[in-house]
Amino acid sequence: MASLDDLKKRISSVKSTQKITKAMKMVAASKLRRAQENAERGRPYSEKMNNIILNLSNSISDKENSPKLLIGSGEDKVHLCIVMTSDRGLCGGFNSNIIKKAKSYFQKILDKGKSLKIITVGSKGFDQLKRTYKDNIIEKISFKESKNINYFDADKVGKIIIDKFEKKEFDICTIFYNQFKNVITQIPQEQQIIPLKTSDTTSNSSEDNYEFEPEEDEILSNLLPKNISTQIFKAMLENSASEQGSRMSAMDNATRNAGEMVDKLTIQYNRSRQAAITKELIEIISGAESL
Amino acid sequence: MSEGFNIEIVNPERSFLIKENVSEVVVPAFEGEMGFLKDHISIISFLKPGIIKVFTGSDEESFYVEDGIVEFKDNSLSILTSHVFNIKDADKNQINSSIEDAEKELAKDEIDDQKKFLLNNKVEVLKSLKFN
Repeated sequence: MASLDDLKKRISSVKSTQKITKAMKMVAASKLRRAQENAERGRPYSEKMNNIILNLSNSISDKENSPKLLIGSGEDKVHLCIVMTSDRGLCGGFNSNIIKKAKSYFQKILDKGKSLKIITVGSKGFDQLKRTYKDNIIEKISFKESKNINYFDADKVGKIIIDKFEKKEFDICTIFYNQFKNVITQIPQEQQIIPLKTSDTTSNSSEDNYEFEPEEDEILSNLLPKNISTQIFKAMLENSASEQGSRMSAMDNATRNAGEMVDKLTIQYNRSRQAAITKELIEIISGAESL
Repeated sequence: MSEGFNIEIVNPERSFLIKENVSEVVVPAFEGEMGFLKDHISIISFLKPGIIKVFTGSDEESFYVEDGIVEFKDNSLSILTSHVFNIKDADKNQINSSIEDAEKELAKDEIDDQKKFLLNNKVEVLKSLKFN
């Protein structure tokens, strides 16, 4: 059994860990509020963008000649996956959930005999994937320096993707990120952005008759690259809210566990102290009796 | 029935401006300035760098935009843009640095005609802002 001194040391060390996790929880909570606001404020833009593109693509008559970004390159050989994770750890299952989702998708692709290319956004994703998929990672991007998520960063990623698409380096592009639902639930998502999937929004009324100036395809070819950046930006916003939420609940759990541990150790400490006292008493009494 | 229509300017970060009952909006569409009044036909178009003017009664507000898409439908006008600011809050230094950036970009050889046109436009508009 550990000595009284050892127990005392352990209790104080657990207590200081608890202080740290508590502080991290507070920080995450305040950051979460901001991230959540940002994510909500960013939603109208991506929704509107989606609607317009939907309307446009519905009214295009000549489907065959529409921009490649919309219909794809016509092939299905090389898949590009953008795995978006955080730059910092200690946020529960946040990163591992994305990675798990991405890995099962990678396996599916590789099983079909297609080739796979990966771009990681955020350093944690790179750390976890480099062991298994070292040769597939073609680029790693990290925005550690930028304090806030901004559109400029998302645009950079978008430009890289479009550039690679134009050079015909891949046929299909999918992004992986965590969608923020609430503090305890974040849902890992896979979303295909090239070619664009428009079928999932069925609520669109087909009677919208728009005029276009200039022609539909010209607008569309201007709009699609922007849409990619927008989708990336949306994913980044969702991700940051999810990261903070996940960190907050992880730290909350850690604080609670530390509290339980302190309680247990304190009981143990008190017991062994009492045992020592009792032992001393017995020694004195039995000494007195033998006189 | 109100006399005007609604306008919403959105950038990726947030809804930049939401206003009801505006009487007229002029936007720098790609093929020339385009004015919107109430009951305009549904239209989608995109923007070149320029100035959006929003008229509400006798009030007038101006915004600088770099690019974007306009959609008008059922008396509501949505403008999506990645870069927008109110001309009232314009920062001289910022304008100067964006002019410099644009001119640097223009000096490159590999840009195509459309991009050149847009950049020229941008420089022109920004310069006109500077002197106001």
